[in-house]
Amino acid sequence: MLTLRLYLAQRISAMLMVPFVIVHLIAMIYAIQGGLSAAEILGRTQGSAFWFAFYGLFVVAAAVHGAIGLRVIAAEWLRLARGLDLLMWAAGALFLGLGARAVLAVTL
Amino acid sequence: MPASGPTLSVAVHRGTSDGSTLRVDHFTVPAHDSQTVLDVVTWIQQNADATLTYRFACRVGMCGSCAMTVNGVARWTCRTHVSKVIRDGRLEIGPLRNLPVIKDLAVDMDPFFDKWAAAGGSHAPTATRYDPVVDIDPQAPERVAANAGIECINCSVCYASCDTVAGNPAYLGPAALNRAWTLVNDLKHADTKGVLDVVSGSGGCHNCHSIGSCTALCPNELDPLSSIAGLKRATTRRAFRGR
Repeated sequence: MLTLRLYLAQRISAMLMVPFVIVHLIAMIYAIQGGLSAAEILGRTQGSAFWFAFYGLFVVAAAVHGAIGLRVIAAEWLRLARGLDLLMWAAGALFLGLGARAVLAVTL
Repeated sequence: MPASGPTLSVAVHRGTSDGSTLRVDHFTVPAHDSQTVLDVVTWIQQNADATLTYRFACRVGMCGSCAMTVNGVARWTCRTHVSKVIRDGRLEIGPLRNLPVIKDLAVDMDPFFDKWAAAGGSHAPTATRYDPVVDIDPQAPERVAANAGIECINCSVCYASCDTVAGNPAYLGPAALNRAWTLVNDLKHADTKGVLDVVSGSGGCHNCHSIGSCTALCPNELDPLSSIAGLKRATTRRAFRGR
């Protein structure tokens, strides 16, 4: 059900997400210390190539990681034998679409 | 047989995989010092119910045929003392999990051995009998890694204990992958690439969740969990090298 390629995609996306999650949490906690408003935060993220790349890659990694994880859960807990590929790609596309929408909204 | 002296209360799962005859029978069995679970099953078969079906051969922990589920945990029954596993004076004995039941306590081991073969478990020689014998350094890292995994007796305790097998019947399982890892490290095995290919497939080593029941319960104290981790490392390394 998991092949080497899916295994590698999930492990590599997990490794990518480690620094993303840490920087994301630190930045969030740091950013609100002085009582920043949403408008002030958007003022810093909009037009920023760095934050676009940071959250863009974060969303791609999370979509890959989550979609493969759902594939495993569907196979082992729901006992789905067929449709695993369809479920995985659909979930990945959904996560990527929702994430991309958010990234574009705060960085464009 | 009326029992005088201390006794054990034993529940035994009966029936076949089709489910139509499944039931639990209760027996009172005389308790003895140093009694094994296999002794208990044998006493029941010889003294209480001759129709009880179970499998054993060597009685000394070499043949790997007597494994059963004892109080919820897979054990080799010939080397498992009742005193170590009994709870409140009770024993519950059933067939191994994850394998079809033929009858009562005897399971069909075919899926287990089929996966052994499917994981590339047969040896491919690098030389013929007419070639000189190749020296293998017993201290070579590959030989040390192979030696750590070769004492498997095929009892299927790891396979029955594996929650990944329970959730994913196509998964090759700990014993077959442990065997594959010994072949990957066998300097006299000619088809290492073939082994790494089959353990990278859809039922392969990458499905392992590293839960570790195999290593925790292996009666020969082997470490299939680390063997599978070794296969994951070897296949990953090979993927990055593009071979």
